[in-house]
Amino acid sequence: MIRSWLYRMDVKASPYAYILPFFVLFAALGAFPILYTGWVSLHDWSLLEDQHTFLGLENYLTLLSDSYFWNALFNTVSILILSTVPQLLMALVLAHVLNGRLRGQTFWRVGMLLPNITSVVAVAIIFGQLFGRDYGVVNWILGLFGVGQIDWAAGTATSHIAIATMVIWRWTGYNALIYLAAMQAVPQSLHEAAIIDGATSMQRLRKITIPAIRSTIIFTVIVSTIGGMQMLAEPLLFGGGMPTGGNDHQFQTLTLYLFEAGFGRFDFGYASATAWLMFIVIVIAAGINYLFVRRIRSS
Amino acid sequence: MATLTQTLVQVKRRGLPRPGRLTYLTLIAIAFFSAFPLYYSAVVGSLDNSALGQVPPPFLPGGNLITNIERVFTTVPFATALLNSAIVASSITVSVVLLSTLAGFAFAKLRFRGRNGLYLAVVATMMVPTQLGIIPLYMLMANVGWIDTLYAVIAPNLISAFGVFFMAQYLSAAIPTELLEAGRVDGCTTFGLFWRVVLPLARPAAAVLGMLTFMNAWNDFFWPLVVLTPENPTVQVSLSSISSGYSVDYSFTLAATTVATIPLLIVAALFGKQIIAGIMQGALKG
Repeated sequence: MIRSWLYRMDVKASPYAYILPFFVLFAALGAFPILYTGWVSLHDWSLLEDQHTFLGLENYLTLLSDSYFWNALFNTVSILILSTVPQLLMALVLAHVLNGRLRGQTFWRVGMLLPNITSVVAVAIIFGQLFGRDYGVVNWILGLFGVGQIDWAAGTATSHIAIATMVIWRWTGYNALIYLAAMQAVPQSLHEAAIIDGATSMQRLRKITIPAIRSTIIFTVIVSTIGGMQMLAEPLLFGGGMPTGGNDHQFQTLTLYLFEAGFGRFDFGYASATAWLMFIVIVIAAGINYLFVRRIRSS
Repeated sequence: MATLTQTLVQVKRRGLPRPGRLTYLTLIAIAFFSAFPLYYSAVVGSLDNSALGQVPPPFLPGGNLITNIERVFTTVPFATALLNSAIVASSITVSVVLLSTLAGFAFAKLRFRGRNGLYLAVVATMMVPTQLGIIPLYMLMANVGWIDTLYAVIAPNLISAFGVFFMAQYLSAAIPTELLEAGRVDGCTTFGLFWRVVLPLARPAAAVLGMLTFMNAWNDFFWPLVVLTPENPTVQVSLSSISSGYSVDYSFTLAATTVATIPLLIVAALFGKQIIAGIMQGALKG
């Protein structure tokens, strides 16, 4: 009797023991903070005071009327577009090349992954040097073509380009690997038939591969959007560690704006409201991108 | 027509045509752009600051790397930072791999009420922006007095939804259900199955998940920056405080950056193939 009861308990109840640690930790350190953010955002809540006055939606209204919030939103979207579009296009071509019958596959793949292994802090520091105004390599190369010294961090467009370059450098190879994984599942016979019909390599990429890996492209666009909307390290370090993102906030992203409110001024209520608005913006941006890439014709 | 037949025969016999020289030149160019910033960071780190003002900029390493690295270790707590990062990344890796294997096993191979719903919840949390909860998380850590300690860095990262997903996908394919049933018939408890059957078979995926987790933890920046100070930092926090300010000492900063990057490059050189396989596997199922 007892044995069979124990057996039944083991089969029926013990599965929950295996998932319990994950869900307990997730509830305490994942779900609770996210929900509590909503509660904090409705208060005048600072680290230094014990009194938290209920404000209703006032933090949100202040946010929406703060031009620096809109500036941060513009910067984030601008850097996101400048980095994601070239990055994913290059990754597609790169994956297509790697999908051929190459010698030294592992070597090339590890090479592509090197930038991604490098920490985002290191990337920001290294590129900060490369984009230096006086002694940077980028300005030196441009100088060879007669372009004068550019103060990359000073302008809106130039700083966005410099930061987007960091993102492109770090993520192109990674995305190429993701695409490559999907491409390897495309039947070889499709390519063979196309070659017999005289299709060039680029035509095969456009007409066969891209439609076939459509769902993977959608996946990468959405993941890049969610990641790009949360960008912090690159603009923070490019601006010498200042959360303002340049003297005129010219490259302050939404996360930097949140960081400045939360951990510069320790205005937790306002920072929490920023976090929620950011979340809404991320969902909207991901949704728009989803609708956009969904239009790729499926095979 | 003759050429068409020829192509046909060629394609049938040898598969796709081998790519030409142009392809390799493109790849070499891309590999160059991948490697150059890392190389150049080591170059700058090996020079004396006065050499950096030259035109054209110096492209060959100088002899000051050791001096610069010594300077890094004597002026900022960089040894502490490396040790802290090692402690943080190892703790997180052990916990994530263990808890992901446990949960992944349950989702892949055990039957229980609410399984599909809970699994969906795990997958959905992979998409939630982590920064959303950062303010209350900080308040929580302040309440338990963990600010400025490694506990604060480790605790929120003990689990990973991606890890659970990754292990569940792997185990559902790698472990034959008949094997588990046979074990049950022989009187094995669920935990016995986990210990004797699942763990040994999970090792390849656990190794890949472990490497990915370790690298992510080593490179993590935003949260450690929020809860730690430059006196007791992780490597990334230390690098960021070194590189901050109006006039940056580049040879100093990039010597430190090079030191911080080398462990990861070694990992990549030794296990690059497995890491790539892991990323590609995760992608296929994603």
